[in-house]
Amino acid sequence: MWSDTSDRALIAPLPTETFAPQPKAKAMNAFLKIEKLGKAYQSDKPVFSDVSFNIDKGEFVCIIGHSGCGKTTILNVLAGLDTATEGHAFMDGREIAGPSLERGVVFQSHALMPWLTVRQNIAFAVKSKWPEWKSPQVNIHVEKHVAMVGLLHAIDKKPSQLSGGMKQRVGIARAFAIQPKMLLLDEPFGALDALTRGTIQDELMTIVRQTQQTVFMITHDVDEAILLSDRILLMSNGNESGGSYVPGGLAEVVVNPLPRERTRAQLHHLPGYYDMRNHIVDFLVSRAKAH
Amino acid sequence: MKTTHLNLRAAMVSLLMFLVFLGAWQLSATAPTVAGAAKAGMTADEIEYQKMMGKDPGAVKSTGFPPPLEVGKAIVGHLADPFYDKGPNDKGIGIQLAHSLGRVGLGFLLAVLVALPVGFMIGMSPLMRKAFDPFIQVLKPISPLAWMPLALYTLKDSDVSGIFVIFICSVWPMLINTAFGVAAVKRDWLNVASTLEVQPLRKAFLVILPAAAPTIVTGMRISMGIAWLVIVAAEMLVGGTGVGYFVWNEWNNLSLVNVIFAVLVIGVVGMLLDLAFAQVQKAVTYVE
Repeated sequence: MWSDTSDRALIAPLPTETFAPQPKAKAMNAFLKIEKLGKAYQSDKPVFSDVSFNIDKGEFVCIIGHSGCGKTTILNVLAGLDTATEGHAFMDGREIAGPSLERGVVFQSHALMPWLTVRQNIAFAVKSKWPEWKSPQVNIHVEKHVAMVGLLHAIDKKPSQLSGGMKQRVGIARAFAIQPKMLLLDEPFGALDALTRGTIQDELMTIVRQTQQTVFMITHDVDEAILLSDRILLMSNGNESGGSYVPGGLAEVVVNPLPRERTRAQLHHLPGYYDMRNHIVDFLVSRAKAH
Repeated sequence: MKTTHLNLRAAMVSLLMFLVFLGAWQLSATAPTVAGAAKAGMTADEIEYQKMMGKDPGAVKSTGFPPPLEVGKAIVGHLADPFYDKGPNDKGIGIQLAHSLGRVGLGFLLAVLVALPVGFMIGMSPLMRKAFDPFIQVLKPISPLAWMPLALYTLKDSDVSGIFVIFICSVWPMLINTAFGVAAVKRDWLNVASTLEVQPLRKAFLVILPAAAPTIVTGMRISMGIAWLVIVAAEMLVGGTGVGYFVWNEWNNLSLVNVIFAVLVIGVVGMLLDLAFAQVQKAVTYVE
Protein backbone atom coordinates (compact mmCIF):
# COMPACT_ATOMS: atom_id res chain seq x y z
CA MET A 1 0.00 0.00 0.00
CA TRP A 2 2.91 2.40 0.45
CA SER A 3 4.64 3.86 -2.49
CA ASP A 4 7.87 3.63 -0.56
CA THR A 5 8.98 0.14 -1.48
CA SER A 6 11.09 1.42 -4.32
CA ASP A 7 12.31 4.43 -2.39
CA ARG A 8 13.69 2.46 0.47
CA ALA A 9 16.04 0.80 -1.91
CA LEU A 10 17.00 4.22 -3.13
CA ILE A 11 17.83 5.57 0.27
CA ALA A 12 20.11 3.23 2.07
CA PRO A 13 20.79 -0.40 2.69
CA LEU A 14 19.68 0.00 6.27
CA PRO A 15 17.40 -2.08 8.46
CA THR A 16 14.40 0.03 7.56
CA GLU A 17 11.98 -2.77 8.26
CA THR A 18 11.89 -1.96 11.95
CA PHE A 19 10.31 1.40 11.16
CA ALA A 20 8.32 0.49 8.14
CA PRO A 21 4.74 -0.42 9.00
CA GLN A 22 3.54 -3.90 8.17
CA PRO A 23 1.33 -2.82 5.31
CA LYS A 24 -1.64 -5.17 5.51
CA ALA A 25 -2.13 -5.37 9.24
CA LYS A 26 -1.65 -1.66 9.89
CA ALA A 27 -3.97 -0.59 7.14
CA MET A 28 -6.88 -2.26 8.87
CA ASN A 29 -6.56 -0.59 12.25
CA ALA A 30 -4.35 2.44 11.68
CA PHE A 31 -4.87 5.22 14.21
CA LEU A 32 -5.33 7.92 11.61
CA LYS A 33 -6.66 7.08 8.19
CA ILE A 34 -6.82 9.46 5.25
CA GLU A 35 -8.74 8.16 2.25
CA LYS A 36 -8.63 9.76 -1.19
CA LEU A 37 -8.63 13.28 0.17
CA GLY A 38 -8.98 16.11 -2.34
CA LYS A 39 -9.58 19.84 -2.30
CA ALA A 40 -10.74 21.96 -5.21
CA TYR A 41 -11.43 25.68 -5.26
CA GLN A 42 -12.13 25.43 -9.01
CA SER A 43 -13.89 22.16 -9.71
CA ASP A 44 -11.84 21.41 -12.84
CA LYS A 45 -8.51 22.17 -11.16
CA PRO A 46 -8.25 20.53 -7.75
CA VAL A 47 -5.24 21.69 -5.72
CA PHE A 48 -4.61 18.09 -4.74
CA SER A 49 -6.56 14.88 -5.08
CA ASP A 50 -6.43 11.22 -4.16
CA VAL A 51 -4.27 11.73 -1.08
CA SER A 52 -4.32 8.61 1.09
CA PHE A 53 -2.07 7.73 3.98
CA ASN A 54 -2.19 6.25 7.46
CA ILE A 55 -0.50 7.25 10.69
CA ASP A 56 0.04 4.76 13.50
CA LYS A 57 -0.20 5.49 17.17
CA GLY A 58 3.04 7.01 18.47
CA GLU A 59 4.29 7.76 14.99
CA PHE A 60 5.85 11.10 14.01
CA VAL A 61 5.02 12.00 10.41
CA CYS A 62 6.24 15.08 8.56
CA ILE A 63 4.85 16.43 5.32
CA ILE A 64 7.05 18.39 2.93
CA GLY A 65 6.12 20.24 -0.23
CA HIS A 66 6.30 23.61 -1.86
CA SER A 67 3.91 26.44 -1.08
CA GLY A 68 0.47 25.94 -2.54
CA CYS A 69 0.60 22.16 -2.69
CA GLY A 70 -2.10 21.87 -0.01
CA LYS A 71 -0.15 20.75 3.08
CA THR A 72 -1.89 23.27 5.31
CA THR A 73 -5.27 22.31 3.87
CA ILE A 74 -4.63 18.67 4.78
CA LEU A 75 -3.59 19.67 8.30
CA ASN A 76 -6.65 21.90 8.65
CA VAL A 77 -8.89 19.04 7.52
CA LEU A 78 -7.30 16.84 10.18
CA ALA A 79 -7.79 19.62 12.72
CA GLY A 80 -11.43 19.95 11.64
CA LEU A 81 -10.96 23.62 10.72
CA ASP A 82 -11.43 23.03 7.00
CA THR A 83 -13.37 20.55 4.89
CA ALA A 84 -12.15 18.55 1.92
CA THR A 85 -14.12 18.48 -1.30
CA GLU A 86 -13.60 14.73 -1.65
CA GLY A 87 -12.40 11.86 0.49
CA HIS A 88 -12.53 11.15 4.19
CA ALA A 89 -10.34 11.33 7.26
CA PHE A 90 -10.77 8.98 10.22
CA MET A 91 -9.17 9.09 13.62
CA ASP A 92 -9.53 6.18 16.00
CA GLY A 93 -12.20 4.69 13.75
CA ARG A 94 -14.38 7.78 13.69
CA GLU A 95 -14.66 10.25 10.85
CA ILE A 96 -13.22 13.69 11.58
CA ALA A 97 -16.04 16.22 11.45
CA GLY A 98 -15.14 19.52 13.01
CA PRO A 99 -12.53 20.51 15.58
CA SER A 100 -12.02 18.36 18.65
CA LEU A 101 -10.11 18.41 21.92
CA GLU A 102 -8.69 15.04 20.88
CA ARG A 103 -6.43 16.82 18.43
CA GLY A 104 -4.09 19.53 19.67
CA VAL A 105 -2.94 22.12 17.13
CA VAL A 106 0.21 24.25 17.24
CA PHE A 107 -0.23 27.16 14.88
CA GLN A 108 2.54 28.71 12.84
CA SER A 109 1.88 32.12 14.37
CA HIS A 110 1.68 30.67 17.92
CA ALA A 111 -1.86 32.14 18.26
CA LEU A 112 -1.56 33.00 21.93
CA MET A 113 -4.13 35.43 23.30
CA PRO A 114 -2.12 38.59 23.93
CA TRP A 115 -4.34 39.83 26.76
CA LEU A 116 -3.67 36.71 28.84
CA THR A 117 -0.47 35.70 30.60
CA VAL A 118 1.28 32.43 29.76
CA ARG A 119 -0.43 30.82 32.76
CA GLN A 120 -3.87 32.11 31.73
CA ASN A 121 -3.37 31.07 28.11
CA ILE A 122 -2.67 27.48 29.06
CA ALA A 123 -5.29 27.51 31.82
CA PHE A 124 -7.85 28.53 29.19
CA ALA A 125 -7.07 25.36 27.24
CA VAL A 126 -7.02 23.18 30.37
CA LYS A 127 -10.38 24.53 31.57
CA SER A 128 -11.83 23.88 28.11
CA LYS A 129 -10.80 20.23 28.34
CA TRP A 130 -11.73 19.66 31.98
CA PRO A 131 -14.44 22.23 32.89
CA GLU A 132 -15.10 20.46 36.20
CA TRP A 133 -11.56 20.97 37.52
CA LYS A 134 -11.04 23.36 40.44
CA SER A 135 -8.46 26.09 40.04
CA PRO A 136 -5.71 24.49 42.19
CA GLN A 137 -5.87 21.40 40.01
CA VAL A 138 -5.82 23.51 36.83
CA ASN A 139 -2.85 25.43 38.19
CA ILE A 140 -0.82 22.31 38.97
CA HIS A 141 -1.50 20.97 35.50
CA VAL A 142 -0.57 24.30 33.88
CA GLU A 143 2.67 24.62 35.82
CA LYS A 144 3.64 21.06 34.95
CA HIS A 145 3.36 21.77 31.24
CA VAL A 146 5.05 25.16 31.44
CA ALA A 147 7.91 23.49 33.29
CA MET A 148 8.03 20.88 30.53
CA VAL A 149 9.04 23.56 28.01
CA GLY A 150 11.28 25.28 30.57
CA LEU A 151 9.35 28.51 30.92
CA LEU A 152 8.43 28.53 34.62
CA HIS A 153 10.35 31.77 35.07
CA ALA A 154 8.11 33.51 32.53
CA ILE A 155 4.79 31.94 33.52
CA ASP A 156 3.16 35.20 34.58
CA LYS A 157 4.35 37.23 31.61
CA LYS A 158 2.23 38.35 28.69
CA PRO A 159 3.14 36.95 25.25
CA SER A 160 4.32 40.40 24.12
CA GLN A 161 7.11 40.18 26.71
CA LEU A 162 8.38 36.88 25.29
CA SER A 163 10.70 36.15 22.37
CA GLY A 164 9.43 34.32 19.29
CA GLY A 165 10.90 31.03 20.45
CA MET A 166 9.38 31.33 23.91
CA LYS A 167 5.96 32.09 22.41
CA GLN A 168 6.16 28.98 20.24
CA ARG A 169 7.15 26.93 23.32
CA VAL A 170 4.03 28.19 25.06
CA GLY A 171 2.02 27.17 21.99
CA ILE A 172 3.51 23.68 22.24
CA ALA A 173 2.86 23.51 25.99
CA ARG A 174 -0.75 24.54 25.39
CA ALA A 175 -1.22 21.79 22.81
CA PHE A 176 0.31 19.15 25.12
CA ALA A 177 -1.63 20.40 28.16
CA ILE A 178 -4.96 19.14 26.81
CA GLN A 179 -3.37 15.68 26.38
CA PRO A 180 -4.64 15.18 22.84
CA LYS A 181 -4.60 11.83 21.12
CA MET A 182 -2.86 13.48 18.23
CA LEU A 183 -0.75 16.59 17.77
CA LEU A 184 -0.91 18.69 14.60
CA LEU A 185 1.92 21.14 14.00
CA ASP A 186 1.61 23.70 11.21
CA GLU A 187 5.21 24.65 10.46
CA PRO A 188 5.74 25.64 14.06
CA PHE A 189 9.36 26.75 13.74
CA GLY A 190 9.06 28.58 10.41
CA ALA A 191 9.42 32.03 11.91
CA LEU A 192 12.30 31.22 14.27
CA ASP A 193 16.02 31.75 13.81
CA ALA A 194 18.15 28.67 13.23
CA LEU A 195 19.64 28.52 16.72
CA THR A 196 16.33 28.79 18.56
CA ARG A 197 14.76 26.38 16.10
CA GLY A 198 17.38 23.74 16.90
CA THR A 199 16.84 24.02 20.64
CA ILE A 200 13.09 23.75 20.38
CA GLN A 201 13.35 20.84 17.94
CA ASP A 202 15.37 18.97 20.57
CA GLU A 203 12.83 19.81 23.25
CA LEU A 204 9.91 18.78 21.09
CA MET A 205 11.60 15.48 20.23
CA THR A 206 12.28 14.71 23.89
CA ILE A 207 8.70 15.47 24.90
CA VAL A 208 7.21 13.50 22.01
CA ARG A 209 9.39 10.47 22.77
CA GLN A 210 8.48 10.62 26.46
CA THR A 211 4.76 11.02 25.94
CA GLN A 212 4.53 8.59 22.98
CA GLN A 213 2.61 11.33 21.21
CA THR A 214 1.30 10.80 17.68
CA VAL A 215 2.36 13.78 15.59
CA PHE A 216 1.60 15.15 12.15
CA MET A 217 3.77 18.10 11.22
CA ILE A 218 4.22 20.44 8.27
CA THR A 219 7.73 21.69 7.61
CA HIS A 220 9.81 23.29 4.90
CA ASP A 221 13.06 22.21 6.50
CA VAL A 222 14.43 18.90 5.21
CA ASP A 223 16.81 18.46 8.17
CA GLU A 224 14.00 19.12 10.61
CA ALA A 225 11.92 16.43 8.94
CA ILE A 226 14.78 13.92 9.02
CA LEU A 227 15.57 14.65 12.65
CA LEU A 228 12.03 14.45 13.96
CA SER A 229 9.98 12.12 11.84
CA ASP A 230 9.59 8.40 11.37
CA ARG A 231 8.13 8.91 7.93
CA ILE A 232 8.17 11.84 5.53
CA LEU A 233 5.36 12.48 3.07
CA LEU A 234 6.44 14.31 -0.07
CA MET A 235 3.79 16.34 -1.86
CA SER A 236 3.88 17.64 -5.42
CA ASN A 237 2.09 20.70 -6.74
CA GLY A 238 -0.62 20.58 -9.35
CA ASN A 239 0.64 21.54 -12.79
CA GLU A 240 -0.23 21.82 -16.46
CA SER A 241 1.60 19.21 -18.44
CA GLY A 242 1.04 18.68 -22.14
CA GLY A 243 -2.15 20.72 -22.19
CA SER A 244 -3.88 18.76 -19.44
CA TYR A 245 -4.00 19.62 -15.74
CA VAL A 246 -2.55 17.17 -13.25
CA PRO A 247 -3.60 17.87 -9.66
CA GLY A 248 -1.04 17.81 -6.89
CA GLY A 249 -0.93 15.00 -4.41
CA LEU A 250 1.13 12.64 -2.36
CA ALA A 251 4.07 11.79 -4.57
CA GLU A 252 6.06 9.57 -2.29
CA VAL A 253 6.46 8.35 1.27
CA VAL A 254 9.99 8.13 2.64
CA VAL A 255 10.57 5.96 5.66
CA ASN A 256 13.26 7.31 7.94
CA PRO A 257 15.90 4.58 8.31
CA LEU A 258 17.93 6.36 10.98
CA PRO A 259 17.85 5.04 14.57
CA ARG A 260 15.08 6.63 16.59
CA GLU A 261 17.45 7.73 19.35
CA ARG A 262 19.18 10.28 17.11
CA THR A 263 20.16 13.77 18.16
CA ARG A 264 20.62 16.94 16.20
CA ALA A 265 24.34 16.99 16.93
CA GLN A 266 25.12 13.55 15.52
CA LEU A 267 22.43 13.48 12.85
CA HIS A 268 24.74 14.30 9.93
CA HIS A 269 27.23 11.64 10.99
CA LEU A 270 24.70 8.85 10.78
CA PRO A 271 25.09 6.53 7.82
CA GLY A 272 22.24 6.96 5.40
CA TYR A 273 21.58 10.55 6.39
CA TYR A 274 23.02 12.09 3.24
CA ASP A 275 21.35 9.60 0.91
CA MET A 276 18.01 10.40 2.42
CA ARG A 277 18.61 14.14 2.46
CA ASN A 278 19.77 14.16 -1.18
CA HIS A 279 16.77 12.12 -2.18
CA ILE A 280 14.32 14.58 -0.60
CA VAL A 281 16.11 17.67 -1.90
CA ASP A 282 16.21 16.15 -5.39
CA PHE A 283 12.50 15.56 -5.15
CA LEU A 284 11.81 19.15 -4.11
CA VAL A 285 14.06 20.60 -6.79
CA SER A 286 13.17 18.45 -9.77
CA ARG A 287 9.95 16.57 -9.18
CA ALA A 288 7.74 18.59 -6.85
CA LYS A 289 7.02 21.11 -9.65
CA ALA A 290 6.94 24.35 -7.77
CA HIS A 291 5.41 27.29 -9.59
CA MET B 1 14.11 63.55 32.91
CA LYS B 2 13.82 64.92 29.43
CA THR B 3 10.05 64.51 29.34
CA THR B 4 9.53 66.29 32.66
CA HIS B 5 11.57 69.11 31.25
CA LEU B 6 9.36 69.20 28.18
CA ASN B 7 6.20 69.03 30.28
CA LEU B 8 7.42 71.89 32.45
CA ARG B 9 8.15 74.05 29.44
CA ALA B 10 4.79 73.21 27.88
CA ALA B 11 3.05 74.17 31.14
CA MET B 12 4.90 77.48 31.14
CA VAL B 13 3.79 78.23 27.58
CA SER B 14 0.22 77.24 28.46
CA LEU B 15 0.27 79.57 31.44
CA LEU B 16 1.66 82.38 29.32
CA MET B 17 -1.07 81.92 26.70
CA PHE B 18 -3.69 81.94 29.45
CA LEU B 19 -2.33 85.16 30.93
CA VAL B 20 -2.24 86.87 27.52
CA PHE B 21 -5.83 85.76 26.94
CA LEU B 22 -6.93 87.10 30.35
CA GLY B 23 -5.15 90.38 29.67
CA ALA B 24 -6.79 90.80 26.30
CA TRP B 25 -10.16 89.94 27.81
CA GLN B 26 -9.71 92.45 30.63
CA LEU B 27 -8.67 95.21 28.23
CA SER B 28 -11.50 94.65 25.75
CA ALA B 29 -14.13 94.36 28.46
CA THR B 30 -13.21 97.64 30.13
CA ALA B 31 -12.30 99.71 27.04
CA PRO B 32 -14.01 103.10 27.21
CA THR B 33 -16.43 103.75 24.38
CA VAL B 34 -16.46 106.87 22.33
CA ALA B 35 -19.18 108.65 24.20
CA GLY B 36 -18.25 112.33 24.32
CA ALA B 37 -17.77 112.51 20.56
CA ALA B 38 -21.43 111.80 19.86
CA LYS B 39 -22.44 114.74 22.00
CA ALA B 40 -20.71 117.23 19.78
CA GLY B 41 -22.83 118.66 17.03
CA MET B 42 -26.09 118.18 18.93
CA THR B 43 -28.22 120.93 20.21
CA ALA B 44 -29.30 120.98 23.83
CA ASP B 45 -32.81 119.94 22.77
CA GLU B 46 -31.52 117.00 20.84
CA ILE B 47 -29.45 115.87 23.84
CA GLU B 48 -32.46 116.21 26.07
CA TYR B 49 -34.52 114.19 23.59
CA GLN B 50 -31.92 111.46 23.47
CA LYS B 51 -31.87 111.32 27.29
CA MET B 52 -35.62 111.02 27.36
CA MET B 53 -35.31 108.11 24.92
CA GLY B 54 -32.92 106.41 27.36
CA LYS B 55 -29.85 106.96 25.21
CA ASP B 56 -27.82 109.47 27.23
CA PRO B 57 -25.03 110.48 24.85
CA GLY B 58 -22.98 111.81 27.78
CA ALA B 59 -22.99 108.60 29.82
CA VAL B 60 -19.93 106.34 29.77
CA LYS B 61 -21.07 103.11 28.10
CA SER B 62 -19.48 99.78 28.86
CA THR B 63 -19.55 96.87 26.40
CA GLY B 64 -21.60 94.95 28.94
CA PHE B 65 -19.23 92.03 28.65
CA PRO B 66 -18.04 91.01 32.12
CA PRO B 67 -14.33 91.33 32.86
CA PRO B 68 -12.40 88.25 34.09
CA LEU B 69 -12.44 89.30 37.72
CA GLU B 70 -16.22 89.44 37.79
CA VAL B 71 -16.41 85.97 36.25
CA GLY B 72 -13.84 84.74 38.78
CA LYS B 73 -15.99 85.98 41.63
CA ALA B 74 -19.02 84.25 40.14
CA ILE B 75 -17.09 80.99 39.82
CA VAL B 76 -16.10 81.13 43.46
CA GLY B 77 -19.68 81.96 44.40
CA HIS B 78 -21.13 79.05 42.44
CA LEU B 79 -18.56 76.53 43.59
CA ALA B 80 -18.98 77.60 47.22
CA ASP B 81 -22.61 76.54 47.15
CA PRO B 82 -23.23 74.14 44.28
CA PHE B 83 -26.31 72.37 45.64
CA TYR B 84 -28.75 75.12 46.62
CA ASP B 85 -32.30 74.89 45.34
CA LYS B 86 -34.41 78.04 45.28
CA GLY B 87 -37.18 76.96 42.99
CA PRO B 88 -37.33 75.82 39.38
CA ASN B 89 -35.32 78.70 37.89
CA ASP B 90 -32.60 78.97 40.48
CA LYS B 91 -30.71 75.79 41.28
CA GLY B 92 -27.03 75.29 42.11
CA ILE B 93 -24.67 74.17 39.35
CA GLY B 94 -24.12 70.84 41.14
CA ILE B 95 -27.81 70.00 40.86
CA GLN B 96 -27.89 71.03 37.19
CA LEU B 97 -24.82 68.92 36.45
CA ALA B 98 -26.31 65.96 38.26
CA HIS B 99 -29.40 66.18 36.04
CA SER B 100 -27.32 66.38 32.85
CA LEU B 101 -24.98 63.57 33.90
CA GLY B 102 -27.97 61.46 34.89
CA ARG B 103 -29.55 61.86 31.46
CA VAL B 104 -26.27 61.22 29.66
CA GLY B 105 -25.54 58.20 31.85
CA LEU B 106 -28.97 56.66 31.33
CA GLY B 107 -29.05 57.29 27.58
CA PHE B 108 -25.50 55.99 27.24
CA LEU B 109 -26.27 52.86 29.25
CA LEU B 110 -29.28 52.11 27.07
CA ALA B 111 -27.08 52.59 24.01
CA VAL B 112 -24.53 50.12 25.43
CA LEU B 113 -27.28 47.57 26.06
CA VAL B 114 -28.42 47.82 22.44
CA ALA B 115 -25.11 48.45 20.63
CA LEU B 116 -23.05 45.64 22.16
CA PRO B 117 -25.35 42.68 21.38
CA VAL B 118 -26.39 44.03 17.98
CA GLY B 119 -22.79 44.93 17.17
CA PHE B 120 -21.72 41.37 18.09
CA MET B 121 -24.40 39.96 15.83
CA ILE B 122 -23.46 42.21 12.92
CA GLY B 123 -19.77 41.55 13.45
CA MET B 124 -20.16 37.77 13.49
CA SER B 125 -22.59 37.37 10.62
CA PRO B 126 -21.84 38.76 7.16
CA LEU B 127 -25.53 38.35 6.34
CA MET B 128 -26.59 40.56 9.24
CA ARG B 129 -23.90 43.08 8.37
CA LYS B 130 -25.27 43.49 4.88
CA ALA B 131 -28.87 43.48 6.11
CA PHE B 132 -28.29 46.16 8.75
CA ASP B 133 -26.01 48.31 6.62
CA PRO B 134 -28.63 50.43 4.77
CA PHE B 135 -30.44 51.29 8.02
CA ILE B 136 -27.25 52.28 9.79
CA GLN B 137 -26.07 54.35 6.84
CA VAL B 138 -29.34 56.30 6.72
CA LEU B 139 -29.93 56.67 10.46
CA LYS B 140 -26.35 57.52 11.45
CA PRO B 141 -26.10 60.98 9.82
CA ILE B 142 -29.40 62.26 11.28
CA SER B 143 -28.82 65.01 13.83
CA PRO B 144 -30.02 63.64 17.15
CA LEU B 145 -32.01 66.81 17.76
CA ALA B 146 -34.07 66.11 14.64
CA TRP B 147 -35.58 63.19 16.59
CA MET B 148 -36.75 65.52 19.33
CA PRO B 149 -40.26 66.29 17.99
CA LEU B 150 -40.94 62.63 17.30
CA ALA B 151 -39.62 61.72 20.73
CA LEU B 152 -41.72 64.37 22.45
CA TYR B 153 -44.82 63.26 20.57
CA THR B 154 -44.42 59.53 21.16
CA LEU B 155 -42.81 59.52 24.60
CA LYS B 156 -44.89 62.47 25.89
CA ASP B 157 -42.26 63.40 28.44
CA SER B 158 -39.51 65.95 27.97
CA ASP B 159 -37.13 64.23 30.39
CA VAL B 160 -37.48 60.84 28.70
CA SER B 161 -37.13 62.53 25.30
CA GLY B 162 -33.81 64.01 26.39
CA ILE B 163 -32.60 60.54 27.39
CA PHE B 164 -33.80 59.16 24.07
CA VAL B 165 -31.85 61.80 22.16
CA ILE B 166 -28.69 60.85 24.07
CA PHE B 167 -29.39 57.19 23.34
CA ILE B 168 -29.85 57.74 19.62
CA CYS B 169 -26.70 59.84 19.24
CA SER B 170 -24.42 57.52 21.21
CA VAL B 171 -25.66 54.24 19.78
CA TRP B 172 -24.10 54.58 16.30
CA PRO B 173 -20.38 54.95 17.03
CA MET B 174 -20.62 52.12 19.58
CA LEU B 175 -22.55 49.88 17.21
CA ILE B 176 -20.20 50.45 14.29
CA ASN B 177 -17.05 50.03 16.37
CA THR B 178 -18.35 46.90 18.09
CA ALA B 179 -19.25 45.32 14.76
CA PHE B 180 -15.88 46.28 13.30
CA GLY B 181 -13.94 45.05 16.34
CA VAL B 182 -15.79 41.74 16.43
CA ALA B 183 -15.37 41.17 12.69
CA ALA B 184 -11.65 41.92 12.92
CA VAL B 185 -10.85 39.38 15.65
CA LYS B 186 -7.88 37.35 14.45
CA ARG B 187 -8.76 34.10 12.70
CA ASP B 188 -6.03 32.33 14.73
CA TRP B 189 -7.69 33.06 18.08
CA LEU B 190 -11.03 31.81 16.80
CA ASN B 191 -9.32 28.69 15.46
CA VAL B 192 -7.74 28.09 18.88
CA ALA B 193 -11.17 28.42 20.45
CA SER B 194 -12.61 26.00 17.89
CA THR B 195 -9.93 23.36 18.40
CA LEU B 196 -10.49 23.63 22.15
CA GLU B 197 -14.24 23.12 21.58
CA VAL B 198 -15.06 26.30 23.50
CA GLN B 199 -18.82 26.84 23.90
CA PRO B 200 -20.26 29.83 21.95
CA LEU B 201 -21.04 31.95 25.01
CA ARG B 202 -17.66 31.28 26.59
CA LYS B 203 -16.02 32.10 23.27
CA ALA B 204 -17.95 35.39 23.02
CA PHE B 205 -16.97 36.53 26.52
CA LEU B 206 -13.45 35.10 26.84
CA VAL B 207 -12.09 35.39 23.32
CA ILE B 208 -14.07 37.81 21.15
CA LEU B 209 -14.91 40.40 23.82
CA PRO B 210 -11.35 40.90 25.11
CA ALA B 211 -10.00 40.80 21.56
CA ALA B 212 -12.43 43.48 20.38
CA ALA B 213 -12.46 45.47 23.65
CA PRO B 214 -10.01 48.20 22.56
CA THR B 215 -12.11 48.96 19.47
CA ILE B 216 -15.36 48.80 21.43
CA VAL B 217 -14.11 51.17 24.13
CA THR B 218 -12.88 53.59 21.46
CA GLY B 219 -16.44 53.61 20.11
CA MET B 220 -17.77 54.26 23.62
CA ARG B 221 -15.34 57.14 24.05
CA ILE B 222 -16.51 58.75 20.81
CA SER B 223 -20.14 58.17 21.82
CA MET B 224 -19.63 59.80 25.20
CA GLY B 225 -18.02 62.83 23.53
CA ILE B 226 -20.99 63.23 21.20
CA ALA B 227 -23.49 62.64 24.01
CA TRP B 228 -21.95 65.45 26.06
CA LEU B 229 -22.13 67.78 23.06
CA VAL B 230 -25.74 66.92 22.42
CA ILE B 231 -27.05 67.07 26.00
CA VAL B 232 -26.50 70.85 26.17
CA ALA B 233 -28.51 71.47 23.03
CA ALA B 234 -31.19 68.98 24.05
CA GLU B 235 -31.63 70.59 27.46
CA MET B 236 -31.91 74.03 25.88
CA LEU B 237 -34.87 72.64 23.96
CA VAL B 238 -36.64 70.62 26.63
CA GLY B 239 -35.82 72.97 29.52
CA GLY B 240 -36.44 72.44 33.19
CA THR B 241 -33.10 71.23 34.47
CA GLY B 242 -29.52 70.54 33.41
CA VAL B 243 -26.52 72.58 32.35
CA GLY B 244 -28.00 73.25 28.90
CA TYR B 245 -31.09 74.70 30.51
CA PHE B 246 -28.88 76.63 32.93
CA VAL B 247 -27.04 78.28 30.00
CA TRP B 248 -30.29 79.23 28.28
CA ASN B 249 -31.88 80.46 31.49
CA GLU B 250 -28.93 82.67 32.32
CA TRP B 251 -29.00 84.07 28.79
CA ASN B 252 -32.63 85.00 29.36
CA ASN B 253 -31.55 86.57 32.64
CA LEU B 254 -28.90 88.46 30.65
CA SER B 255 -26.28 87.14 33.05
CA LEU B 256 -23.27 86.62 30.83
CA VAL B 257 -21.16 85.95 33.91
CA ASN B 258 -23.16 82.82 34.62
CA VAL B 259 -23.16 81.80 30.97
CA ILE B 260 -19.37 81.98 30.86
CA PHE B 261 -19.19 80.01 34.08
CA ALA B 262 -21.51 77.32 32.66
CA VAL B 263 -19.50 77.10 29.45
CA LEU B 264 -16.35 76.50 31.48
CA VAL B 265 -18.07 73.83 33.56
CA ILE B 266 -19.30 72.01 30.42
CA GLY B 267 -15.76 71.99 29.06
CA VAL B 268 -14.18 70.68 32.26
CA VAL B 269 -16.78 67.94 32.80
CA GLY B 270 -16.45 66.87 29.15
CA MET B 271 -12.70 66.60 29.62
CA LEU B 272 -13.11 64.52 32.78
CA LEU B 273 -15.51 62.13 31.02
CA ASP B 274 -13.03 61.71 28.18
CA LEU B 275 -10.18 61.10 30.61
CA ALA B 276 -12.22 58.43 32.37
CA PHE B 277 -12.73 56.59 29.07
CA ALA B 278 -9.05 57.01 28.25
CA GLN B 279 -8.30 55.12 31.46
CA VAL B 280 -10.71 52.33 30.53
CA GLN B 281 -9.12 52.17 27.10
CA LYS B 282 -5.69 51.85 28.66
CA ALA B 283 -6.94 49.00 30.84
CA VAL B 284 -8.30 46.90 27.95
CA THR B 285 -5.59 47.57 25.37
CA TYR B 286 -3.16 44.71 24.73
CA VAL B 287 0.15 44.55 22.93
CA GLU B 288 0.48 41.83 20.32
